[in-house]
Amino acid sequence: MTAERLPPPSTAVGPLAWLRANLFGSPASTLLTLIMTVIVVAGGLLIADWAINHARWGVVTNNLKLFLVGLYPFEELWRVWVALLVLSVLTGYSAGAFGGAPSRTLSNWLAAGQATLALLALVSAMSMTTVVALGANAAVVWLTFMLGLRLGAPRRLLTFTWIGAVIAIFYLLQGARGTPLELVPTNLWGGLLLTFMLAIVGIVASFPLGVLLALGRRSDMRAVSLVCTVFIEVVRGVPLITILFMARIVLPLFLPGDLRIEDVYRAMAGLTLFSAAYVAENVRGGLQAIPSGQVEAAQAVGLNPIQTTLYIVLPQALRAVIPANVGLFISLLKDTTLVYIVALLELLGIGRAVLAQAQWFGAHVEVYVFISVLFFVMCYTMSQASYRLEAQMGVGKR
Amino acid sequence: MTAEAPSRRHSSVPFWRNVRVLRLAVQIVIVSAIALLALWLWNNLTAGMARSNLTFGLDFLDRRAGFDIGETLIPYTPSDSYGRALAAGLLNTLLISIVGIVLATLLGILTGVARLSRNWLVNKIAAGYVEVMRNTPLLVQLVLIWTVLVNMPTVHNSVALPGEIYLNQRGLYLPRPIADAGLGGWLLLLAVVIGAIVVVGFISGRRAEAGHRPWPVARIGLVALAVAAVGGWLLLRPVAFDVPVLERFNFVGGVVLSTQFTALLFGLVIYTAAFIGEVVRGGIQAVRRGQVEAAYAIGLTPGQTLRLIVFPQALRIIVPPLTSQYLNLAKNSSLAIAIGFPDLFSVSRTMMNQTGQAVAVIVLVMGIYLAISLFTSLLMNIYNRRVQVLER
Repeated sequence: MTAERLPPPSTAVGPLAWLRANLFGSPASTLLTLIMTVIVVAGGLLIADWAINHARWGVVTNNLKLFLVGLYPFEELWRVWVALLVLSVLTGYSAGAFGGAPSRTLSNWLAAGQATLALLALVSAMSMTTVVALGANAAVVWLTFMLGLRLGAPRRLLTFTWIGAVIAIFYLLQGARGTPLELVPTNLWGGLLLTFMLAIVGIVASFPLGVLLALGRRSDMRAVSLVCTVFIEVVRGVPLITILFMARIVLPLFLPGDLRIEDVYRAMAGLTLFSAAYVAENVRGGLQAIPSGQVEAAQAVGLNPIQTTLYIVLPQALRAVIPANVGLFISLLKDTTLVYIVALLELLGIGRAVLAQAQWFGAHVEVYVFISVLFFVMCYTMSQASYRLEAQMGVGKR
Repeated sequence: MTAEAPSRRHSSVPFWRNVRVLRLAVQIVIVSAIALLALWLWNNLTAGMARSNLTFGLDFLDRRAGFDIGETLIPYTPSDSYGRALAAGLLNTLLISIVGIVLATLLGILTGVARLSRNWLVNKIAAGYVEVMRNTPLLVQLVLIWTVLVNMPTVHNSVALPGEIYLNQRGLYLPRPIADAGLGGWLLLLAVVIGAIVVVGFISGRRAEAGHRPWPVARIGLVALAVAAVGGWLLLRPVAFDVPVLERFNFVGGVVLSTQFTALLFGLVIYTAAFIGEVVRGGIQAVRRGQVEAAYAIGLTPGQTLRLIVFPQALRIIVPPLTSQYLNLAKNSSLAIAIGFPDLFSVSRTMMNQTGQAVAVIVLVMGIYLAISLFTSLLMNIYNRRVQVLER
């Protein structure tokens, strides 16, 4: 004799129960739900009405080339696409070789982002080359990811390839006088291209500097520790914009009259120094988290202080601070907008330049919303990848 | 033999492998390299300035500024000195930072609590708000808000908000509270009620320690306070409002917040509040589940658990990251230059252009920002020490 099995009451499971538990749990909750629904629906309708019936999106589609690469000459645009291809191949392959959910997220989004830009270029009637270049790149990311997943690669080889690639990308984009690739002065760089270059150079260059500063701050050599501490605290205590002004207006005064550094490089230097101080504090946190037994064990097996730092302490410390540094990269990417105040044409700057055209007078909101969406997609992707990374590494688990 | 061996080895270490000597040498090299670099930069600077007939120094601060500042807290005219212009800018920075920190904290706590709400819709709205704010640049948000505010209707078509507040392209017009005759009486009434609650709460605490049931002081006290405040307000009329009234050309009366100020304040507050919300949420979630369960087990009510168990522990986790959010807000207020609010940095920008003393001005301004940061850190560290548990 078996007991009759009744289905669970509908108040306990199923969509109705979910609604009860999550939206109408108590009178207060119900009231809150109703009020919020009205606000969300009304707000959503208002925004949708504006976006569909009133917004002049032509300001974006007609100026898409400016938003993507700024004033970069049309006939040299292929160099940007090749640079992007190098980046796509390497990112896809490294992500595949590295493996894991965070890399998958990152490469999926890179592919999706380029595909979206390709679509945007298509509706904006940009040249077919642009559309194909962006679309092909999206496919390349995906393909090389699969390839990386299959073949794998030694980490050290990848590292050196990356360093070589960054140099190659710089040469591709800027070229030099009298070489096969003619010079494209950095003041023609703009839009998304410049934003990316500023952020990537900023993070890549500030990382080693930040590690050195962190080691210096923890050094038991008084003078070294003092110099590093003062640098870190001063930089963290002042707004980024003052440092960018320092780099833009004050630095030339400190250099001999015949030594000129291009504006873009000076902005990069400012961003790098700023970011290095924050990297240093992150890394210092990682260094402090290493149990002292590790150092003692290293000394016991006869490693000298430099070997101990390089082979024992740093690898563990840097691993632990990867998620925090992703967070830093996100804020650096957002902070690149500040170079608009020192008159560089990154995304926001190019947006203001576009708005100065009489034809698009008053289309401010459209431009700013477009820029915000671009940033949102980039930053949100990275923060999601960082969450996954954190989960995967078990950081913050108790 | 074993006692002699180390000393002999020690004496045989050549000086270029002696750790002490090496350390000293490294430090001397680094310090002298920095000193040489500084000297070279300084020489370039003075040579460059000599070519334009300038000398490095701060004496320009006493000279006549000659430019106007849109809004100031202290009286200021273009014939005042550069020093006074800088002070006016500094006060504007402090004003926006302090008001911003207070409002961002309130909105941030609300956001953090909403992120923990069991109501799915409230939770998701808060999450969406936080993600949008955290993943878009503050500067873009600021110029967007600024654009929207500047394109508000003209004075005669102002948007009327509840509470006699008007919004138009010139700014935000608020009623201004004016102290009336009843204010003293009203405050006295509140003081008496609060005093009574404190005394009764004290007695109740004593009784609870002696093993009696505590009285529901908090609940009844709140009701009593609300009754006293509202009743007293209606009866005594402690505050009159100077309401902005539209006349022929503009509003008369009330307080005007300029468009620049409103945009900057609004932008900084909603941006920072998203970060503070995450800090608050993280702090509350970091309190172990067992703590709450233990509190329930010894018979505390949910309210008591929150007040006596969760908050004190969460606060310890919250205060350090909250400090850095406050510092960020103060530093981010320098973005005022993008929307034309005359804060410390945008005043100093004008000064750099006019005096040619770019180096002196920027060093001065960085010093001031650094001082603000260090002072805020100091205050928050003192507070932090008070909320931390004394261990060992």
